Amino acid sequence: MQTILVVGNGMVGYKFCEKMVALAEGNTFKIKVFGEEPRPAYDRVHLSAYFEDQDAKSLELAPASWYQENNVELITGQYVNDIDRTGKTITTKAGDTYAYDYLVLATGSVPFVPPIRGVEKAGVFVYRTIEDLEGMMAYAAQIKKTKSNGKAAILGGGLLGLEAGKAVLDMGLEPHVVEFAPKLMPRQLDARSSKVLQLTLEDLGIHIHLSKATNQILGNGAITGMEFGEDDQLDVDMLIISAGIRPRDELGKIAGLETGTRGGIVVNNKMQTSDPSIYAIGEVALYNQMIYGLVAPGYDMAQVAAQQIAGDAAIIMVEDIDMSTKLKLIGVDVASFGEPYMPPEKGLSIIFENKTKHLYKRINVSHDGKTLLGGILVGDAEDYNILHQMYLNGMALPDNAEELIVGARREGGSAFGSAMDLPDTAQICSCESVSKGAICTALLEEKCDSFKDVVSCTKATTGCGGCKPMVTDLVNETLKSMGKTVKEVICEHFEYTRQELYGIIKVKGIKTYDEALDHFGKGDGCEVCKPVLASIFATIYNDTANKEAVIQDSNDRFLANIQRNGSYSVVPRIPGGEITPEKLIVLGEVAKKYDLYTKITGGQRIDLFGAELNDLPAIWQELIAAGFESGHAYGKALRTVKSCVGSTWCRYGMDESVSFAIELEERYKGLRSPHKLKGGVSGCIRECAEARGKDFGVIAVEGGWNLYVCGNGGATPKHALLLAEQIDNETVIKYLDRFLMYYIRTAAPLMRTAAWLDKLEGGIAQLKRIVVEDSLGLAADLEEQMQGLVDRYECEWKQAVENEDIKKRFQHFVNTDDRDDNMVFVPMREQKMPEVWAQ
Amino acid sequence: MEQTLETYTTMHQNEITQWFKACAVADIPENGGACVKYQDKQIAIFNYTRKKKWYACQNLCPHKMEMVLSRGMLGDAEGVAKVACPLHKKTFSLEDGTNLNGDLPAITTYPLKIEAGFVYLGFSE
Repeated sequence: MQTILVVGNGMVGYKFCEKMVALAEGNTFKIKVFGEEPRPAYDRVHLSAYFEDQDAKSLELAPASWYQENNVELITGQYVNDIDRTGKTITTKAGDTYAYDYLVLATGSVPFVPPIRGVEKAGVFVYRTIEDLEGMMAYAAQIKKTKSNGKAAILGGGLLGLEAGKAVLDMGLEPHVVEFAPKLMPRQLDARSSKVLQLTLEDLGIHIHLSKATNQILGNGAITGMEFGEDDQLDVDMLIISAGIRPRDELGKIAGLETGTRGGIVVNNKMQTSDPSIYAIGEVALYNQMIYGLVAPGYDMAQVAAQQIAGDAAIIMVEDIDMSTKLKLIGVDVASFGEPYMPPEKGLSIIFENKTKHLYKRINVSHDGKTLLGGILVGDAEDYNILHQMYLNGMALPDNAEELIVGARREGGSAFGSAMDLPDTAQICSCESVSKGAICTALLEEKCDSFKDVVSCTKATTGCGGCKPMVTDLVNETLKSMGKTVKEVICEHFEYTRQELYGIIKVKGIKTYDEALDHFGKGDGCEVCKPVLASIFATIYNDTANKEAVIQDSNDRFLANIQRNGSYSVVPRIPGGEITPEKLIVLGEVAKKYDLYTKITGGQRIDLFGAELNDLPAIWQELIAAGFESGHAYGKALRTVKSCVGSTWCRYGMDESVSFAIELEERYKGLRSPHKLKGGVSGCIRECAEARGKDFGVIAVEGGWNLYVCGNGGATPKHALLLAEQIDNETVIKYLDRFLMYYIRTAAPLMRTAAWLDKLEGGIAQLKRIVVEDSLGLAADLEEQMQGLVDRYECEWKQAVENEDIKKRFQHFVNTDDRDDNMVFVPMREQKMPEVWAQ
Repeated sequence: MEQTLETYTTMHQNEITQWFKACAVADIPENGGACVKYQDKQIAIFNYTRKKKWYACQNLCPHKMEMVLSRGMLGDAEGVAKVACPLHKKTFSLEDGTNLNGDLPAITTYPLKIEAGFVYLGFSE
């Protein structure tokens, strides 16, 4: 077994451990990691979050237990101060010596403190560690005790400096960002985008001072101000220095490793230093004469070093490191990628600026307009991921490249195409180096079938999280392509949409399920396509669920709702919720006789629960004898038309809502549809029937009825939208016939009217044209079909109890009259309920 | 409930000691199922007419331990005959009992033969 010592337990050091653990098989390597800070590695990128919640644990990359579980020895609070390269050992400050086969230096960097007079004064901090933050917070608390308008300056207007600005804001002090350059984020932004960002930040209360060279720090012992030039000074109570980083290369220098003139331990593309058994990664490594202060290249280096040590010599660091970056600065999106400024000899820029909305977008394209070379986004970086990918993969630009940042796309058109157009090699998550191919393959090979699965299996999005929208798109699109989320085709047996199937069945006059399978399906069907076909037959031929019982969903097959313990509920139709005392008594007597639990439903009827399968025909025989009919509560069909009491009794009522609700419910009862259908009729705008929460709702107004459609309650509540105003009863029925039939013909399976309208191109305006103006010329046909269904209505429970063959269906055992003794009820509030499910 | 589950163990052809005359062929709907009682067991029998095959399995769905599988819908998943539980549409292979859309325990299956218009189930007890 070989020993790997890792010096430095920052983000990159941790990443190396994680990669090494994943690569090392069995006991080939023993990993020991030394951290100088008292805690395990944490997420420095999101350090400013610590000001909000002071929760150091939530910043941890992995809990201390992770190290134990993966057999990584974590030694915190230990400073390594020497390397003996010939003896291959290291020594800690405490004098302990450890031997290594491979040594990985991930010591990172320290904040650069410029040599300004007075930086040693109290109240001057650097911004790097949780301890730094704690020091600042304690100092800020002191300031706030003595004055209410304390100020803190941040020296440096780069990425980290602006983050620190936010931290100061959170501490309750007035932030002043002081930058030497004439613009903010000088490495990422051009002058105009810097100006836009400055406006936004100033709006948020962050003061910006550009082109300021600090001469000295004022104060007697503790800071009181900063002096820039003659008669130019700023009074502050605290200063946070964020003026860049310097690699912590002391160990390399002590050990005689090659270092750069301005610091950093020189590495080759294998991340090896001048001593081949010593590697350097992250901000201490000088690669291509550059120190990379971003986490993504650091993670790549960790990966390369781990692969090299594990013996995979082919994995090396790329030549050109992508320094693109996107971040949310105090709620403001800022992104920059590729070549942010464009020398005219290389290309041209397209710039969009809107200072009123604090927006700036710039893309740089090649002279021939075909390739994206870089860009800057401030204020709205939603398109960063796709632009960044277009840049990385050299994808062809659309003819009008300006559409990438302005115009067409906003109207729903897409200049980008989709994430699916990217090549498989495109790196989607740069923190974790996850390619598009890896994400799609995980789904296609069915290792994963959701966004969550993909995250746990590929680790994509677990770094900075910036790639989340793109990963989501890829997951959705891939699943869609596999027919998983958006089931446009019915299932593996019918490669058609429901609407297509509807058309084929109608045109070819197909009448049974097997016929449909034989003619244009394949295989032997399943629980998805069978009910869809049953529903289509019901619409075209008005078949009740009794005709082909075995293709019905279980509830339709037994004409009742199966409940938790395999018992059933019985719901007779009570149109409009109106019921005579005689009928109420019958319901009570039947419930008593068969020991049923009773409850009033939300649809103004009475539900009788706990019926055994064997008892269903007898129960219905009695109900039918008393004048009841099936309520179709078990079907994807019209359920109820709810009503308020209306003008017959109510002193506010404008019209007879109960009468109209009964008329509508009687008309559409038994109507099978892609999903359940509910209606409501209110007698005035007080809307007591909650008609706008229904698939169709009618509300009495001065001069007639207002007709609303496509609402629902449920998981995604939606108010119904106005289809027509002040129309009479006859017109309501005419429009409803057209609307309902058009929905039934064209919706996808299990799609309620609200979701259907969402998908309907043109939305409610288009629906109005079709239903009210008859723009498709379908109205007569739709009305005729509906009238046919209304005329041929039959109560399917009546059919069932009058037919001995159908009655046989309702037997629990076919070889004995015994009842199901597995079914157990327990008492509850003077009634009964099924025994609770075991966990 | 766990005990209920333990009373069901898959029967293999070579273990059969007796054939139980369960019901008439006409008692089971075409392309559908029904349940029979054998001692203290509930067995679902399916007449998969379209595949010209018969299947038998426990009536108990291992998901919520309810006696409902015989009321489920028949189907096939890439050729494998399956039944979908009417409660939550958990699907099980009728060939070997495995849960096809989750990781529930497999259901037990039983050998079955048709003779002179009757359905026989094979048991060892």
